[in-house]
Amino acid sequence: MIFGLPVISVTIWLPILFGILVLATGDDKNAPLARLLALVGSVLGCLVTIPLYTGFDISTSNMQFVELHDWITRFNIHYHLGVDGISMLFILLNSFFTVIVVLAGWKVIEKRVAMYMAAFLIMSGIVNGVFAALDSILFYVFWEAMLIPMFIIIGVWGGPNRIYATMKFFLYTLLGSLLMLVALIYLYNLSGGSFAILDFHHLAIPMTAQILIFIAFFFAFAVKVPMFPVHTWLPDAHVEAPTGGSVVLAAIMLKVGAYGFLRFSMPITPDASHKLAGVMIALSLIAIVYIGLVALMQSDMKKLVAYSSISHMGFVTLGLFIFNAYGMEGALLQMLSHGFVAGALFLCIGVLYDRVHSRQIADYGGVVNKMPVFAAFFMLFAMANSGLPGTSAFVGEFMVIMGAIKVNFWYAFAAASTLIFGAAYTLWMYKRVIFGAVTNHHVEELTDINAREILIMTILAVFVLAMGIYPLPVSEIMHASVNDLLLHVAHSKLPI
Amino acid sequence: MNLMANLIPAAAEIFLLAMVCFILIADLMLTKSSKIFTYLLVQLTLLGCSIITVGTHENAVVYAFNGMYVDDLMSDVLKMLSYLGMSMVLVYSRQYLMLRGLFTGEFMVLALFALLGMNVMISANHFLTLYLGLELLSLSLYAMVALQRDSAIATEAAMKYFVLGALASGLLLYGMSMLYGATGTLELGAISNAIDSGVQNKSLLAFGLVFILSGLAFKLGVVPFHMWVPDVYHGAPTAMTMLIGSVPKLAAFAFATRILVEGLQSLEHDWSSMLIILAIASMAIGNLSAIAQTNLKRMFAYSTITHMGFMLLGLISGGIEGYGSAMFYTVIYMMMSLGAFGMIMLLSRAGFEADTLNDFKGLNQRSPWLAFMMMLLMLSMAGIPPTVGFYAKFSVLNSIIQTGHTWLAIVAVMFSLIGAFYYLRIIKLMYFDAPESHAPINVGSDTGLLISMNGLGVLFLGLMPGSLMSICAVSVQQSLLLH
Repeated sequence: MIFGLPVISVTIWLPILFGILVLATGDDKNAPLARLLALVGSVLGCLVTIPLYTGFDISTSNMQFVELHDWITRFNIHYHLGVDGISMLFILLNSFFTVIVVLAGWKVIEKRVAMYMAAFLIMSGIVNGVFAALDSILFYVFWEAMLIPMFIIIGVWGGPNRIYATMKFFLYTLLGSLLMLVALIYLYNLSGGSFAILDFHHLAIPMTAQILIFIAFFFAFAVKVPMFPVHTWLPDAHVEAPTGGSVVLAAIMLKVGAYGFLRFSMPITPDASHKLAGVMIALSLIAIVYIGLVALMQSDMKKLVAYSSISHMGFVTLGLFIFNAYGMEGALLQMLSHGFVAGALFLCIGVLYDRVHSRQIADYGGVVNKMPVFAAFFMLFAMANSGLPGTSAFVGEFMVIMGAIKVNFWYAFAAASTLIFGAAYTLWMYKRVIFGAVTNHHVEELTDINAREILIMTILAVFVLAMGIYPLPVSEIMHASVNDLLLHVAHSKLPI
Repeated sequence: MNLMANLIPAAAEIFLLAMVCFILIADLMLTKSSKIFTYLLVQLTLLGCSIITVGTHENAVVYAFNGMYVDDLMSDVLKMLSYLGMSMVLVYSRQYLMLRGLFTGEFMVLALFALLGMNVMISANHFLTLYLGLELLSLSLYAMVALQRDSAIATEAAMKYFVLGALASGLLLYGMSMLYGATGTLELGAISNAIDSGVQNKSLLAFGLVFILSGLAFKLGVVPFHMWVPDVYHGAPTAMTMLIGSVPKLAAFAFATRILVEGLQSLEHDWSSMLIILAIASMAIGNLSAIAQTNLKRMFAYSTITHMGFMLLGLISGGIEGYGSAMFYTVIYMMMSLGAFGMIMLLSRAGFEADTLNDFKGLNQRSPWLAFMMMLLMLSMAGIPPTVGFYAKFSVLNSIIQTGHTWLAIVAVMFSLIGAFYYLRIIKLMYFDAPESHAPINVGSDTGLLISMNGLGVLFLGLMPGSLMSICAVSVQQSLLLH
C-alpha cells in the first residue's frame, strides 16, 4: 500500500495520470513545464515501484500484491493484478527506463515536447499493466493499448522513412494480437467462463487445440520478441524511431513477447510447447547465428544494434524452450541484461546522432579524440553487448549455454558462436566509429557528453556491472516462480 | 381490447406524428432567419418522445392492434437510442446546413418522419407494419438526399437510392407474399408457429426466405447488395449521409431480428448459412475497397458495409450472446459513425467540403483536441482497445466462438486487420503529415461539446463497457427469446 492505495495500481495509473497532466500543458510555449512535469512523473513512477522489491516474498511462487475487483461482470472479466518473480523485475525495469528516456529526450526533442513526454509516460503505465495483469482480457487491453503511443512516437519524431516503419510495426503486431484474442476467447469458453490467466494454467486441452492455441500465441509473442522470420519490422522501427523510442523498444517492448511465452504459451499449452520445442529452438538458433551474421554487415549503427537485439533475444527463446532451470533463469537474466545493454547502446548512438545527425558508421572515425569520456562508456556497453565476463550479459548467456548443453551439445555449440559473432560486429563497429584518426569536420566539431548524459550513462553502467558481478539479488527473486513454472510445464495438460 | 390499451404502447409514435404535423404547419409561419425555433421545437419533440417512451415502459412484452404492434424492452431501448442519435444528428448538422442554405423546415420534418418510420419498424410485429415503417423511413431519406436540388451529384445519388431502394422493397414484398402463401399469415409470431407445425409447400417457403433476405441485405447494405451505399454516401450532403449512416442501422437491426428471429427462427439453419456468405463477402469487399478510397465519405461507406457484415456474425451465432452482441455492435457503430461524420462537418466550412483524406492532413497541428477525438473514433472503428469498438468486436467474436465457428472468427479478425490499415491511415494523416490548409476551424460551442462527448464517450465506454452490454443482452433476452 502507498498512502492507502494498492501498489500495482499506483505503478500503472500514476504515470498515465502524469502523462495526461503533461499533455494538458499544451503547445511548445510551455515546453520547460512539460519536461519538468514529465521528470517528476517518471521519477515518482520509479519510486513507487520500490515497495514491490522491498516487500517481495522470495519464498513463494504465488502472486503477490494481488488486486481483484469486478470489471465486466457479464463476461466475468476482472480487474485482476498481481506480480510474481517473473513479472516484478520487468515492472522495475520499465519504470526505471522511463526516467532514462525522459532525461534522454530533454534537449533533443524540440517540437511537440508535451506530446512526446506524455506518450512515454502513458506507455510506461500501460506496459506495467501488461506485466501485472492476471486477467487475460485486461492483459489484452494493455497489450494493444501499448501500440498506440509507440505508433505515435515513431510516426511523429522518427526518421525519414518513419511512416512505413510505424505502419509496419502496428500492423505486424496487430496481426499476432488478433489471433491471440481468438485463442483467449476459445480458452474462455473451454474453461466454462473465466478469463483468469491462472485458471487457464489448470485447463485440460486436447492436443490439436493445444497446437492451434500455441500457434496463435506464437504469432502474438514471436512478433514482439521478435523471432526469425517475423523480425523484419524491428530494424525498420528501430532505425526510424527517435532515441527514446529505440530505447523503450529494445529495453521493454521486446521483453513483453518473451514474457508472453512464459505466462501464456508454456504453462497453458505445455504439451504443444514440448512438441514444437524443436521448431522454437531451431528458429532461436537461426536468429542467433544468421541474424548475428546479418548484423556484421550493417553500415547503419542503429540497424546493427537492432539486429544484435534480435540475435540476443534468440538466446532468450532458446533458454525458454530447453525447459530447464538454467535455461529459464538465464533467459530471464538475459532479458533484463539486454534491456540495460541495448538501451545503453541506443543512447550512445543517440548521443552521436544528436551531434552529427548521421547513423552511418562511415561518417565517423576517431571520435575518441574528441569525446574521451563518451568513448569510455561506449566501450563498456560494447563489451557488455559482446558478452564479456563481468558484465550482465555474460551471466545470462552463460546460463543459457549451460542449460543448452544439458539438452544437446550442438544447440550449445551453435548458441556459443554468438560470443564470437557478437564480439565481431560490436567491436568492429566500435573500432570504426571511435578509434583511428579524426576523419571529417563533423567529428572534429564534436563536444564530449555533458553532465546530464554522464549521469544517465553512469546509472546504466552501474547496473550493467552490478548485475554482472553479483546477480544474486536479481536471480533469487525469480527462483521460486521459475521452479513452479517448470513444474507446470512438466505436467501434461492433455485430458485424461 | 379497449382503445387505450392499444394506444398506450404506441403513445410515443402518436405524439411524434402529432408534433411532426404541428411543426410542418408552424414552420410555414416562421421566416427563414428564425428556423432556429423549428430546430428547438424538434429537439423538444425528441425530448418529449423519450419521456413518453420511458413513461409507458412496462416490464413485459405488450402487443397492440391485434398483434401488429409490439412494445417490449428491446423496442424501448432502441427507440431511446434513436432519439439520442437523431438529436445528435441535428446538433452536428445545424451549422453545416445553415451555411449551405439547407437548414429548412423540410429537412427537420423529413428527419422526424424518418424517425417515425424507424420507430414503427422497431415496434413492428407484423409484415405489414414492418413494411409501412420501412417505406416511411426510405421515402423520407430519398427526399432528404435530393434536398440539395442544384447539386447534380446529390440528385444522382437520390435517383440511384430511390431506384435501388424501390427494387429492394419489391423483393421484400414479393418474399412476404410468398411467406403469406406458405403460412397463411403475416404476423411474425403466427408465421413462426405455422412453420413449426409443418408447411405443405417447402419450396415456396424457401423462395420467400431468399427474397426476404435479399431485401434485407439491400437495406442493410451488405455485399452483394451494397452497390448503392458508396454512391449515396458520397453524393448526399454530409448531414444526410450522417443520418443515413447512423440511426437507421438501429431500425435495420430491429427489422432483421424481428423477421429472422421472431418470424423465421425455425429456418435458422437455412438463413444463417446464407448470412455467413453475405457476412464474409461484406467484410472482404468492404475492407479491400475502403483501402482504395480517397474520399472519406466513400471510405466510410465501405466501412459501413464491413461493419454490417461483422454485425451479421452476431445474428449468425444466435442465442442471447449472439443477438445481444449484434445489438451492442449496432449501437456502438451508430455512435462511432455519428462522431466520424460529425468531424467531417466540423472541418467543412461555407463552400468547402472536408471530405477527402487530404483535408485531415496535419489536423493535430490545427486543432490537437479535434485530432485526438478523431483518433479515438478511428481506433474504436478499428477495434483497438481501450476504445469501445474493441468490445463490440470482442462480444461478437465471443458469440461466434461459442457456437463453434472458430474458423469464422479467424476470418473476421483477419479482415479487421486489413480494416485497421485505413483507419490508421487517417491517424497517420492527422498526426504525421503537415497541414495543407491553415484555415481556422470554427467549432460552435454545441458541436464542440458534442464531439468531445462523443469521442470521450467512446473511450469511457471502452473502459466501462459492462452496463451497456448487459442492457443489450437483457433486452434481447426479454424480447426475442421468451416467446
